[in-house]
Amino acid sequence: MIQVEHLSKKFANVLAVNDISFQVEKGRIWGFLGPNGAGKTTTMRILTGYLPPNDGRALINGIDVNEDLRSIQKMVGYLPEIVPVYGELTVKEYLRFVAELNGLERKKIGYAVDRVVEKTSLQGVYGRLVRNISRGFRQRLGLAQAIIHEPAVLILDEPTIGLDPAQIIEIREMIRSFRESATVILSSHILAEITQVCDGAVIIKEGRLLATLTRDEWGKSLEIVAAAPVDAAIAAGLAPAFPAVSEARAEGPLLRLEFKEPPEDLNPILMHLVQKGVSIREVKAGLEALYMKAILAEEGRA
Amino acid sequence: MRSVWIIAKKELKTYLYSPIAYILTAFFLLVAGFFYYSILSWANEQTMRLLQSGYPIDRVNINQMLFEPFFNNMTVILMFLLPLLTMRLFADEKKMRTEELLLTSPLRPTALILGKYLAALIIYAIILLLTATFAVFAFVHGNPEVAPLLTAYLGLFLLGAVFIAIGLFASSLTENQVIAAAVSFSVILLIWVVSWVGESGPGAWRAILTYLSFFTHFKNMVTGVIDTQDIVYFLSFIFLGLYLTRSVFEFRRWR
Repeated sequence: MIQVEHLSKKFANVLAVNDISFQVEKGRIWGFLGPNGAGKTTTMRILTGYLPPNDGRALINGIDVNEDLRSIQKMVGYLPEIVPVYGELTVKEYLRFVAELNGLERKKIGYAVDRVVEKTSLQGVYGRLVRNISRGFRQRLGLAQAIIHEPAVLILDEPTIGLDPAQIIEIREMIRSFRESATVILSSHILAEITQVCDGAVIIKEGRLLATLTRDEWGKSLEIVAAAPVDAAIAAGLAPAFPAVSEARAEGPLLRLEFKEPPEDLNPILMHLVQKGVSIREVKAGLEALYMKAILAEEGRA
Repeated sequence: MRSVWIIAKKELKTYLYSPIAYILTAFFLLVAGFFYYSILSWANEQTMRLLQSGYPIDRVNINQMLFEPFFNNMTVILMFLLPLLTMRLFADEKKMRTEELLLTSPLRPTALILGKYLAALIIYAIILLLTATFAVFAFVHGNPEVAPLLTAYLGLFLLGAVFIAIGLFASSLTENQVIAAAVSFSVILLIWVVSWVGESGPGAWRAILTYLSFFTHFKNMVTGVIDTQDIVYFLSFIFLGLYLTRSVFEFRRWR
């Protein structure tokens, strides 16, 4: 469980993190969403104990980052944005080094290394120099080092950045599998990534918290993009036809839907629309709409 | 202790897998070998002259004529080469962002610093041992005293250990290896020559500056004199270098 209370961090005169509070329950995956320079990395660095906050508290499983740094460091696994690897070591040597660094007992190191190599599918590059492995393997190695000491909390800074689509899918699968053993926070500026992987999201911009959203919330809204403007009558007919829909509005080619409960199956609604002659181009998950709403509301305030 | 060795082991691997250690060793031996050869030629010539003028052969001291100038010359090479050995220790971790891995692990900064220091010290000790092969020739063809030689080697080792501590500190200040090397070289050089300024000053001033200079303390050891004062001087310098490095980590954390 991660608790962040009124956290602030100042660099020179810039408030990189400004009074941020949120909570992540045990065994959940939460996303940090926001433009570059929003304060995502700084918040994560505070949670790992790398940077001390100027104000506020951050607690991991009830332990204050400022009070018992060593316990925090043992509990947290961290993948920084730039994967911290030593090119001149082999994959095996590197993982053994990280295991030792985390204070694993000598006789458990071999087992721990085997476990993460299997979990992150690094068998093929086990004996290679880290310098010579590809970007995708390097990212997996970064994940492997983060989980080698079986941390209760995993902090992943942009875990899929710079990867090709197939690699992104692999990494996402891995992150989802971590949920069994750890609470995970990951940062991203890709909305689809957050919707697919996370149970909740914290939207940050310029160091401030704009919104806290859960899967339930964004699951309840949906945007359907059509090829041509959607007839208002078709939109109006949706709520009476489908009891799960609480509201439907057409805005040009955009059809906004709100649900009472996150829908299990969208197919009946999509089929209904197709039968009415709507040519569907894209279905956008609700997070995007909520994200834009939060960002726009912020800009309106500014 | 185990955590110090974890870091030292990794550093040693890094040294041995990269060309730095080999190249530095090769150049060190090359230049030291040249010095040894030229001093030996000079010593031969002098000995001949002395003998021709009727000087008794058993009064010719090979330690004084060969090894003292040789070790004094070796310090100059150390001054240039050791900053190159230490410059990457922390600067490279910062540049490659691996520092984040080390500082978010449960490892204490003190263990990190000591581990890196130990690794550089081991490499240096190996280089120093290799120069001992020069002395072997002296033993084959002559009859030098062993004790002063060992004292001089202890002096060289301690002096190098101080240089490494200074280099480690310089490396912790920047992510640029060239800056780290330049800083450590300048600091070492300044402390070396600080006694020059003292020579013309008032008594107390002169005493302090003379005491501060590496030269004063190394000079004693090269001539075979072990004085606790000199050992304490070198050890306190090492401690100071390591302590300052530790402070850099503290300071950066709370800045």
